[in-house]
Amino acid sequence: MSYVRDVGALARKDLLLELRARDTLPAMLLFVAAVFVVFHFALPGTPSRLETSGLLWVAILFTALLGLGRAFVPEREQRTFDGLVLAPCDRSAIWLAKSLATLAFLAAAEVVALPLYALFFHRVGGATVAAVFLADLGICGVGTFLGAMAVATRARDLLLPLLFLPLAMPIVVGAVGASVVDSPGRYLGFLALYDLLFAVVCWASFEYVVAE
Amino acid sequence: MLVTTALVFVFFVAPNDASDLGFAQRIFYFHVSIAFTAYACFAGGAWNALRHLWKRDPRADLESYVCIHQGLIFGTLVLLTGSIWAKIAWGKWWIWSEDELVLFLVLYLFYCAYFMLRFSVDDGPQRANLSAVYALFGVVLIPVSFAAIRLAKAYFHPEVFTLHGPNFGGSILVTYCIVQAAMLVLGYTLYRLELGAKLLDVRLRRLREVLA
Repeated sequence: MSYVRDVGALARKDLLLELRARDTLPAMLLFVAAVFVVFHFALPGTPSRLETSGLLWVAILFTALLGLGRAFVPEREQRTFDGLVLAPCDRSAIWLAKSLATLAFLAAAEVVALPLYALFFHRVGGATVAAVFLADLGICGVGTFLGAMAVATRARDLLLPLLFLPLAMPIVVGAVGASVVDSPGRYLGFLALYDLLFAVVCWASFEYVVAE
Repeated sequence: MLVTTALVFVFFVAPNDASDLGFAQRIFYFHVSIAFTAYACFAGGAWNALRHLWKRDPRADLESYVCIHQGLIFGTLVLLTGSIWAKIAWGKWWIWSEDELVLFLVLYLFYCAYFMLRFSVDDGPQRANLSAVYALFGVVLIPVSFAAIRLAKAYFHPEVFTLHGPNFGGSILVTYCIVQAAMLVLGYTLYRLELGAKLLDVRLRRLREVLA
């Protein structure tokens, strides 16, 4: 029970910070809109639904990367990371709380991005929304974990995309598959499996990432 | 080093030219056995990483690193031989429908990122921990990516063609087994060699510190 309370407190802290400073979310929103405009000019002619679904996922992935990169950087810059690690709670609670906060940002960005996509390109089906939800869980869980790794290095957030993209490849397959085929059950199941598998790995090994 | 001579011996004596591809078909023996050895290296790397996190064995980190380094070298060879094979068999240097090659490309990017991560953290327990955790991610990623690539095929090429069980003749199987054994022993020898050199390096540095 106290674990849930710890996670709640940590996540609330991040959301409150974002509410006051407004660093991450506006950047993500602007980015995703700009990416759609770039896509329009990068695709000559009228792109098919198949092509633009792929692009939607590229946009989501890179927007998520933008938010994930910011998840741990302020903690390091303001030297609050040590305080976080010393807090009397399970270390994995830090990961879970950060993931939830990033998930909230990404979901907020998508609430704008999906209608925008529908407006600019093609309409969004129910399967795509389900895939967005499942993919977000995986992206935020794994991405936050790798973000914590990346800020411990000299290269800081430069390293995050390099670490993250190979691991995100299965998410893209599941998500694009669910968006383009007629019976998306298999792909959604695959996404759920991915989320579960990597959530367990992240949860179990986060301790080693923050221990110094 | 005796093994390499055995390998050359096997290459010139044993294989009988199968099907219409003739001599070029022989590269397949190497391609498959090198791929298997690379997997073995990655698995060894993950196993040593687990040992590091679990038992805090001081040598395990270095062993894990050397394993993955060897795996990456063999991985490069897999991509090269696979590419040559693709050129001979299908007339193109790269084909996306070959699962094994695509999987290796993803793994290759993943393990390159491992090196970026490792070289971006100063020597010490933190580097060992981060590398170990990332190496463990790799071993989860291999089956997940493989499943993902299989799934992706369903929306790229709706008609999935299955190659019917390759009926290995006796001599082909024997040759393959010998090449495979040789590759594994070669991999292991290189691993011992590099590990020995690395350990010597560590000892030398310590001695210098003592002297200084």
